[in-house]
Amino acid sequence: MKIAITSTGNNLESKLDQRFGRCSFFVIYDTETGGMEYIPNPNKEAQEGAGPASVQVVASRDVKKIISGEFGIKIKSLLDSLKIQMIVLKEPEKSINEIIKMLNK
Amino acid sequence: MFIIFVVNYRSYYMSPRPLRLRKISNPPIISGFKPYGNKRAGKTPEIIFLKYEEYESLRLCDHEMLNHHQASLIMDVSRPTLTRIYARARQKIAESFVFGKQIIIEGGKVYFDSEWFSCRACGCFFNNPEKQNKINECPLCRSKDFENCNDVMDEDDEFTFRCSDMCICPECGHEQPHNFGKPCMAEICPECGHSMVRKGTPHNKKLIKNKRYENSYNKHRKQFGK
Repeated sequence: MKIAITSTGNNLESKLDQRFGRCSFFVIYDTETGGMEYIPNPNKEAQEGAGPASVQVVASRDVKKIISGEFGIKIKSLLDSLKIQMIVLKEPEKSINEIIKMLNK
Repeated sequence: MFIIFVVNYRSYYMSPRPLRLRKISNPPIISGFKPYGNKRAGKTPEIIFLKYEEYESLRLCDHEMLNHHQASLIMDVSRPTLTRIYARARQKIAESFVFGKQIIIEGGKVYFDSEWFSCRACGCFFNNPEKQNKINECPLCRSKDFENCNDVMDEDDEFTFRCSDMCICPECGHEQPHNFGKPCMAEICPECGHSMVRKGTPHNKKLIKNKRYENSYNKHRKQFGK
């Protein structure tokens, strides 16, 4: 199963991004193979509609869960219809490494 | 010929507004209905597709006995849209009764409202997008110490049973909250005894503006004796 995590940078030490639509990077983590992929977010500087466009980026990778600090109002109904689970983690100091360790516990 | 071309071209060029996603609380427990004892012929009945949103509008309006305004707030669409969905649902069901057609509940631009949980161990919030599967553990830290946090909905409850609209008096501008189920025209202004209108609708806005203008004009005339 693939899980997307919003990240502020493209390495394991970078912190969790508190925004979903305008985060810097998406980390796609595969729980079965342990593989990771960093995708730079093309909608970082978007004026509007960053959320739905980011959902498209993530959904095209066949992700089942998304971990982020917050999800916007447009995204919730969209992710519900795509059956993607949202996990809201309000801890901006957590690094990607720590989150992956939590997932593998 | 030319007109047909223009209409087609226009309808192609001006795409309609995308439909708003309709919120469905729970998927129906059955997937359809089949008629029995057809007296006419032995062939298999024709199929009529009832959309999920139509099923939901019927459930809210006829089973939960809500009015269209309350139902529209629950489904997250406008009141006129809900009325249209509801009318279509009744029409389809009537058609299936009259012609002995089979009903299949399927399709529609909908999403199923998901439940939210909060984990006490890691402090995260998460939702359950698939109602059929029960959640046994926190998806992040695998602890079993989580609770349902859908109590937020209770605060909105009062709102759904109350309309936030206002009635306004076109004569003196007195405002009061609209009473549910009572036409604004039947309300009498407590200050000047004039019948009231709904505030904010375009027609009434014009009416109130004209009245205000008239009043100020009359005042002006009285003051200067013209």
